[in-house]
Amino acid sequence: MSGLRLVGVSVKREGRTVLTEASAAFPPGSLTAVIGPNGAGKSTLLAVAAGLLKPHAGALTLDGRPLETFGRQALARRRAYLPQSPRADWPISVERVVALGLTPYLPAFGRLPDELETQVETALRSHDLLALRHRRATELSGGELSRTMLARAVVGDPDLLLVDEPTAGLDPRHALDAAHRLGQRAQAGRTVAMAIHDLHLALRFADQVVALKDGCILAAGPLREVLDEPLLRRLYDMPARLIRDPDGVSVRFLG
Amino acid sequence: MKPALLLALVVVVVLAASSSLLVGEVGVSPAQAVRAVLAAQPNLTTLVLWDIRLPRTLLALLIGGILGLSGAVLQGLLRNPLAEPGLLGVSSGASFGAVIAIYYGLTSATSLAAPVFGLVGALVTTGAAMALARRGGTLALILAGAAVSAIAAAGVELALNFSPNPYAAYEITTWLMGSLADRSWDHVKLAAPFIVAGGVLLLLTGRGLDALALGEAQAESLGVDVRRLRLLALFGTALGVGAATAVAGAIGFVGLVAPHLMRPLVGHRPGQVLIPAALAGALIVTMADLATRLIHLGPELKLGVLISLIGAPFFLWLVIHVQRRSP
Repeated sequence: MSGLRLVGVSVKREGRTVLTEASAAFPPGSLTAVIGPNGAGKSTLLAVAAGLLKPHAGALTLDGRPLETFGRQALARRRAYLPQSPRADWPISVERVVALGLTPYLPAFGRLPDELETQVETALRSHDLLALRHRRATELSGGELSRTMLARAVVGDPDLLLVDEPTAGLDPRHALDAAHRLGQRAQAGRTVAMAIHDLHLALRFADQVVALKDGCILAAGPLREVLDEPLLRRLYDMPARLIRDPDGVSVRFLG
Repeated sequence: MKPALLLALVVVVVLAASSSLLVGEVGVSPAQAVRAVLAAQPNLTTLVLWDIRLPRTLLALLIGGILGLSGAVLQGLLRNPLAEPGLLGVSSGASFGAVIAIYYGLTSATSLAAPVFGLVGALVTTGAAMALARRGGTLALILAGAAVSAIAAAGVELALNFSPNPYAAYEITTWLMGSLADRSWDHVKLAAPFIVAGGVLLLLTGRGLDALALGEAQAESLGVDVRRLRLLALFGTALGVGAATAVAGAIGFVGLVAPHLMRPLVGHRPGQVLIPAALAGALIVTMADLATRLIHLGPELKLGVLISLIGAPFFLWLVIHVQRRSP
């Protein structure tokens, strides 16, 4: 089984169970939207899937291999992770921030090898950052920063990309752009998962959905089959209606 | 890192160190120095150069270097431009240790009593700060360091309060001011191994600090072991800065200022600033020590005092500047 797979994963934080026996598959070539109300455990699910948080029970596999058997560096080369509202703490140039994505490939000392510089170049170009490359990362607008961080995450071409709330704080155009880029990444055959509140974007770009509430997975599977009005109602405790029109599907909450 | 920057810094440091060898109570011209070193018999000039000036210059380079390096590492680790080596209690711990040695009159037995006790004090306080902040994050560490620092400072005040005679109080006060006067090869031998070992540990943090500019979660996801990084930075600082403070007394501001001077020159990358900051620190302390020998205002102007006089206004500028830049 390729891609990422969680089987019966439970996570406790300070004695409180925040994820209960979660099982889900994140197949390659698809964009999975992790949805659910605030505090449902979406960020925890992504952090544990990234190997940054140790589960108290259950198993995680990446391409059939247990996640914990990957070394720190080996895992860093295969999966990228972006937390909520990622930012740089020093006024480093955009170009160098993107280059940080190649950290797991670097020798212990010395500068970036030339072939890796080409990868940085490619990532800058495909994320429309060439004009911004010398700009300080602390002085970017929200949309620019979001593109920079995404370029940083995919510069090493990881098989697995996990992004926590990629569209938070972005205007509609930039949110659409960010979700679109993640969709493209999935179409290129990689495994991509995002935690997202914007159901409109999830409906438009995601192929798979994992619906979380109170640390439990209510439903997981192909978005078209799984995401329906009863599920939305259970998730958000509000009646919801899926509206289909020539432009696509949208959600209206009737609470 | 730009090789040109590194080369320029090395050249300036070598020039400063050479001047430090030649300038003092007895002026030595470069020609005299060469002649004296080449002479078969030991003479007064070689004695001055070898036994007085060289250990003093080496200490200035080592101490300045480790202060600048440690400041750069801690600023990168804590992602805070106002971090400096004294933050974790290293300097106050070393001061307290040395003060104990002076208070009990151990310095009359051997001149190394103060540095040895200072080193022990530095390791004990940093160890305590680290143990207290074992489970917490960055903020816990800063608070634990401040608390331990305060306790050590209270101990120093207690010693001053109860000092057996005015002379002991005077000795403690002058020691606290920081100086490199009358330091010998014994001091170099005591401090150098710890400073070098600490420096190696600190230099190993470079890559990790670069990634840490993106925050702890992203750094971890990029394969950086943040726990290990923190231990390297803290042990390196305890060993290196502890030994530096133990032989020279408290010298502030170098660790704060040196990284800031170099940061714009390396594109603000926290890992790239380490070596330039070490060189800048070495340069600052060597030049300041040289200045204390050139400025005659009656009693000796202490190195630590001079550096504070220059460093404090810079600190003020920094506070205003950082305020303006952050939202």
